[in-house]
Amino acid sequence: MVQNFDVVIIGAGGAGLRAAVEIPKEYSCAVLSKVFPPRSHTGTAQGGVCAALSNMEDDSWENHAFDTVKGSDYLGDQDSIEVMCKDAIRAIMELEHMGMPFSRNAEGKIAQRNFGGHTKPADPNDPYGKRIPVKRSCYSADRTGHVMLHTLYETCIKNQVNFFSEYFVTDLLIENGVCKGVVAMDIATSELHTFHAKAVIFATGGYGRVFRITSNAHVGTGDGFALCYKNGLPLEDMEFFQFHPTGLWKLGILVSEAARGEGGILKNKDGERFMVRYAPTVMDLAPRDMVSRAIISEIREGRGIRGSDGTDFVYLDVSHLGKEVIDDKLPEITGFARTYLGVEPTKEPIPIQPTAHYAMGGIPTNVNGEVLLNEKGDVVKGLYAAGECACVSVHGANRLGTNSLLDLVVFGRRTGKAVTDFIKTADYAPISGNEDERSKKIINDIFNKNGNEKVVDIRTELQDTMMNDCGVFRNEADLKRMVEKVKELKERAKNISIQDKGKVFNTDLIEAIELDNLLETAEATVNSAYARQESRGAHTREDFPKRDDENWMKHTFAFKDENGGAPILKYKPVVVTRFKPMERKY
Amino acid sequence: MDITVKILRYNPEKDSQPYFQDFTLKGISEDWRLLDVLHEIKWKHDGTLTFRRSCAHGICGSDGMKINGKNRLACSLLLKDINTSKPITIEPLPSLPIIKDLVVDMSSFFQKYEVIKPYLINKTPPPPNSERLQSNENAEMLFESAKCILCACCTTSCPSTWSNENYLGPAALLKAYRFTFDTRDDAGDERMDIVDNPDGIWRCHTIFNCIEACPKEINITWHISQLKKKISTREI
Repeated sequence: MVQNFDVVIIGAGGAGLRAAVEIPKEYSCAVLSKVFPPRSHTGTAQGGVCAALSNMEDDSWENHAFDTVKGSDYLGDQDSIEVMCKDAIRAIMELEHMGMPFSRNAEGKIAQRNFGGHTKPADPNDPYGKRIPVKRSCYSADRTGHVMLHTLYETCIKNQVNFFSEYFVTDLLIENGVCKGVVAMDIATSELHTFHAKAVIFATGGYGRVFRITSNAHVGTGDGFALCYKNGLPLEDMEFFQFHPTGLWKLGILVSEAARGEGGILKNKDGERFMVRYAPTVMDLAPRDMVSRAIISEIREGRGIRGSDGTDFVYLDVSHLGKEVIDDKLPEITGFARTYLGVEPTKEPIPIQPTAHYAMGGIPTNVNGEVLLNEKGDVVKGLYAAGECACVSVHGANRLGTNSLLDLVVFGRRTGKAVTDFIKTADYAPISGNEDERSKKIINDIFNKNGNEKVVDIRTELQDTMMNDCGVFRNEADLKRMVEKVKELKERAKNISIQDKGKVFNTDLIEAIELDNLLETAEATVNSAYARQESRGAHTREDFPKRDDENWMKHTFAFKDENGGAPILKYKPVVVTRFKPMERKY
Repeated sequence: MDITVKILRYNPEKDSQPYFQDFTLKGISEDWRLLDVLHEIKWKHDGTLTFRRSCAHGICGSDGMKINGKNRLACSLLLKDINTSKPITIEPLPSLPIIKDLVVDMSSFFQKYEVIKPYLINKTPPPPNSERLQSNENAEMLFESAKCILCACCTTSCPSTWSNENYLGPAALLKAYRFTFDTRDDAGDERMDIVDNPDGIWRCHTIFNCIEACPKEINITWHISQLKKKISTREI
């Protein structure tokens, strides 16, 4: 079945919903999502969303921009970062006006709290001297992402946005640099629909499920990344994957940085506040890449605690904050500790370990969400991306906490605006009506395969090996092994067979397609990581421990090799405006 | 530990009626979530077993189902917290049509949610460069209701829903509270006209099943009673 829409948005998390709000009612717009919109992963964000509102103390968007650039280890494009941090203040007000319920300060304004890497100069006359933590994160207890997602969904209901829930995108239609739409499967019936569109926005979220320990939802399988990559488009900076320092031990469930923002501290097995040694000024509020490395270093040096599952953890202690602060400001995360680990955070420390959390890299775009065709900056006509699946790049080599929610609403809106301008004059690119043939073949092939491999085995092996060989610390030997492992798993995946051959709500089939998406994103990730011979942000090479600005102040663009070989890597220089690269110390 | 799980199965392409199927799992840990149990069955024993899930820690609301007679989220319940000496019974959420196995048709649930105008309606333009002021006390009055994850555990546990499919149900009414009691909202009357009828708040007979079912521990009945109180005292 072919349906025509001016705009088709894939994904109904923060970025997709914010873009949808922006499309004027006189244009037809469909939002496709593989889950019901309020199930999207934006809802799991906890701690806050930053903007220099100065509601608690003096602050400026320039402070926020500097922190974001420094946090990105100078890989973020500074023009994009300026756009985001300037627009942050308007974006938060807009959410408030939509009805988002925020915690408030004594004046009834939006309350703000500390967050990792968010600072201001200790002396206003010395802007690049010593910096101290600043209260910049706007929040709603520790459910900020949840209420943001719901507020945006509610606004879409108000605007009568046309949702196609539980539609799974199987193909992206691109020809000669022009996007014509997508093919999607109605999960309830397995029926394929061709969505013929003037413009397509990818807002498909991340791919944390490529790692064994992750805070990401099961749906985080990199579908958008893989669809672009398989269709000849580049993926940018895929070697930069953030490990959040405080995942709940064993499960990887996020324990927000807000716990440290409110005064929680990290301790090793001797009860020592070890961050003092790694980031003497901001300590537990150092950026995530540094804290994750510090935790792994403590564990490697024998100061971790061995868990019953054979993995090691350290402690996050909030017990000294008192029951009132914990219940008011951190209810959700302390609830997780109680439910899943039987730990009472008001009395005892919470066992945590780094968890794969966020893709800084992704589908390259400019600040208007237009997807880049290549490292030269040419764009794909009619294709846009926003949110975690996109790389603008505002997060560079390491994202600061709270900047992901900000990215969604700032660039979701900008993309919606750019698309609206585009569809005013654009025509539908012609299609033949047989655009679903490729998806039909993919599905039939999966149904007809009788190989002896199982989806779960290949996926688990991928997740285990990615965790070990492409994790917080990396080196040439591990990455080389991982490059080979991905090749091997891709070969083996050709011999999978699935048990469910039915047409109704076939999640066995979806998991098989998702596995292919995970393998494609893993291929781009490990090859980009293998090539980058320096340590920057979340990409830490033990064999190249220093940042190398001379050779590596550049973004990786990984293109799939049509002949099945290793991806072709090209590079694009970083945009530097006002902040010259400096040593990154906290 | 070894457990037996009794799951209500239904595949409309094959079965004329739903039926129970037993699975026995050996050597698993009491720390497992029920969702882990379902994954173990799907990934190791029977790939056709079908259920929804996503975040796996009680925020997305995908995996509401009836476990040992109570509506719960499979990802928020550990084996050690239920009786495993007898077979564990897992069924889809009651009163909604089954699509396949544990997957139910949620359309009527979301339609009722949309009916109560689940969005802020404010008739004056917001201040241009700042927020609408709200005291933290007033903001916190919304927080419990805003915790709702739309999992449908409450609405499908309510006997009033079972006996009358038109009843808006606790989740939609909770959302009506969320906006009616927001000091920034101007549509209290509009929304109260929607819920002030026999299929609205007056069909809540304070049975409290919704509270027991709610995985986010929201006191839904209290919130509905606040709506009743407001409606009883409003000027007509």
